[in-house]
Amino acid sequence: MANTADSSQDIAHSAPVTGPVLGNDGRPLKASLAKSLRRQKLRALGLIAPLLIFVLLTFIAPIADMLFRSVENNIVGDVLPRTVVALQDWDETSGELPDNATFKAMALDLKEAVEDKSHTRLGSRLNYEQSGISSLFRQTGRKVKRLDVEETTDFVAAFEDMNKKWVDVENWQTIKAFSGRFTDGYFLAAADLTKGPEGIERVPENEQIYYTLLLRTLKMSLIITFSCILLGYPIAFLLATLPLRTSNLLLILVLLPFWTSLLVRTSAWKVLLQQQGVINDTLVWLGLVADNARLELINNQTGTIIAMTHILLPFMILPLFSVMKTIPPSYVRAAKSLGANDWTAFWRVYFPQSVPGIGAGSILCFILSIGYYITPEIVGGTKGVFISNRIAYHISSSLNWGLAAALGTLLLVVVLGLYWLYDKFVGIDNVKLG
Amino acid sequence: MTATSHDDAFVVFDRVQKSYDGEILVVKDLNLQIAKGEFLTMLGPSGSGKTTCLMMLAGFETATSGDILLGGNPINNIPPHKRGIGMVFQNYALFPHMTVGENLAFPLEVRKMGKSEREAKVKRALDMVQMGDFAGRRPAQLSGGQQQRIALARALVFDAELVLMDEPLGALDKQLREHMQFEIKHIHENLGITVVYVTHDQSEALTMSDRIAVFNDGVIQQLAPPEDLYERPENSFCAQFIGENNTLMGTVESVSDGVASITLDDGAKVRGLAVNCGGPGSRTTMSLRPERVYVGGEEGLVTTEAQVKELIYLGDHIRCRMSVHGNDEFVVKVPNAAGHKHLQVGEKTMISWETADCRALDA
Repeated sequence: MANTADSSQDIAHSAPVTGPVLGNDGRPLKASLAKSLRRQKLRALGLIAPLLIFVLLTFIAPIADMLFRSVENNIVGDVLPRTVVALQDWDETSGELPDNATFKAMALDLKEAVEDKSHTRLGSRLNYEQSGISSLFRQTGRKVKRLDVEETTDFVAAFEDMNKKWVDVENWQTIKAFSGRFTDGYFLAAADLTKGPEGIERVPENEQIYYTLLLRTLKMSLIITFSCILLGYPIAFLLATLPLRTSNLLLILVLLPFWTSLLVRTSAWKVLLQQQGVINDTLVWLGLVADNARLELINNQTGTIIAMTHILLPFMILPLFSVMKTIPPSYVRAAKSLGANDWTAFWRVYFPQSVPGIGAGSILCFILSIGYYITPEIVGGTKGVFISNRIAYHISSSLNWGLAAALGTLLLVVVLGLYWLYDKFVGIDNVKLG
Repeated sequence: MTATSHDDAFVVFDRVQKSYDGEILVVKDLNLQIAKGEFLTMLGPSGSGKTTCLMMLAGFETATSGDILLGGNPINNIPPHKRGIGMVFQNYALFPHMTVGENLAFPLEVRKMGKSEREAKVKRALDMVQMGDFAGRRPAQLSGGQQQRIALARALVFDAELVLMDEPLGALDKQLREHMQFEIKHIHENLGITVVYVTHDQSEALTMSDRIAVFNDGVIQQLAPPEDLYERPENSFCAQFIGENNTLMGTVESVSDGVASITLDDGAKVRGLAVNCGGPGSRTTMSLRPERVYVGGEEGLVTTEAQVKELIYLGDHIRCRMSVHGNDEFVVKVPNAAGHKHLQVGEKTMISWETADCRALDA
């Protein structure tokens, strides 16, 4: 009887073949097949080519550029070519100043740099590593024009004359440390580390900001993701079980925020959450909160969590809904007919099958929130901002693009790492978007 | 084994009605008694209310009015998980995230059964459907027939006395379906369980059932053992729905001794068994099975003229489509016996039948 149960083994065993299978024209069958498929493949390639080029230019290339910028350090070698060569023979650990020739090289380099003002850019670059260098280069730049290289013999004294900081060994150490074409300085800075005389060390506790920010970003993204699951799951469940007409109507309500500008929604939260805002006013009016003890709901982490949970909720509901839609009601019915009560039927039978939806929604929400910028910027104050706000600051205000790139790269690595972890424990095959 | 009164019936539908929208009754005044150990099939076209009846019995739908009794107790207000009814679903509904063994253990776990007892029962149930080696597999790794067996085992593993089956073989190919029909039948006989089986496949119903309830339009058209249903349909719906059937429309002239004299629409006069045809002057459908018609006029039989329209050679018999009193779709099965009459298309011949085989039913 068992032989009728499975016919899948009945597939004919093909005879063993030595060498390639030949078609009736004597050519290998594989070659003929490839030839006949080539046209189709070219056609397919042609169809996706515009998108491919677009993505390459606007997504892949900028990312590659960003990754490169986070380690790129050409400026020192470009602006101070002679000094960099001269510094190679100097032992920075000796505590002695570089020799006179090095100072002469610096003078020649600076005289050239002043022509196109590249010394100020160099100053800004090195200032990231050691504060004060920027002004050193700017001042020296003004004075070095008057320095006569042919006449001067004691360049050390001449430089000391221009600015006392030139006889400070630390500045020279910094220049030498960052004279390479590539640097790990940005990444160290992004991890709150610095290159001290005794190698890599932590920056003082009161200056550690990126580590704290990264941790806060991860923690708050997790909280937001969990709030989305808590709020989204029952709604998705309802949507999936209601008759089609009702569920479509409700789905529109879920999607409605999608069609409203992100900025408008966030600003609306500002109106609602502020101390003189709608929510506080209502609570005071109801007598639940004293007028002089209005809740601080905005410009802190609470504000960011509330607003972002609201904004990301559809990204949780939609994948959950589409997965739940595919779970036939007969499973829960079967569980009940087998003696499970409502809760057991849900927990043992329905919930495990909805996990792929939770996974997909969580990945979406988490990755979106970890890189979110606008909402924390508007409602986050100082305590509720994310690492992306810091990246934006370095891009547009401090103009330290190298550090911004390093932070961005770090964020990318964290996301990929979490993705990998997720794949390892839950399995990315289990993620369903519909 | 049939139950005729409330008292010895295991399952009772008592004046049960069901409406989903408050306007249309999908089940109209259902009265049905099912005896313990009986194999009852609800047969009918889709939308006839048979699945609704099954779902009401399982507890997934509630009766709009009337009572459903199980073992003498009304179960209208008992939730499905407390009814202890095994059920096999159309698409098996095996839990995809559990192995076969876990699927079978599920009803035992929720009943808080001990581990060793659980394992013994699961093993016994799997052996019963010859799937003993598959406990560690996932449902997706099984073929349709294997999944069907597991679904059956799962419905039986917790010793349910009543097992409901909702078109359980619909997704299988013909050969496997026929094989599984016998297997389900044997399990039913061996375990002595009561089975309520829903299908729209009449041959399945005829093969397996003790009794068949033919549903149409929310009403049981006829409730009878397979043989009766085929041989003695009580109305034209059953005659049409079960097996092949020839019809001749006419008007009753007179009825005497259970035999009706009927004038067909083209004026010819025939006789038939008065089953469900009303008195003189009422319209009637004469129902006649193709294998009960003989080619050639014979003494003592009802004899009439026919013209051959089409012949199909089927080996053991020849299927002959004829024009009989205005009905061009009149089929006669001519046995491929030694010395049988060779017909030609267009040929006019006489056909005849026993009066008792031609049943005058409702129009």
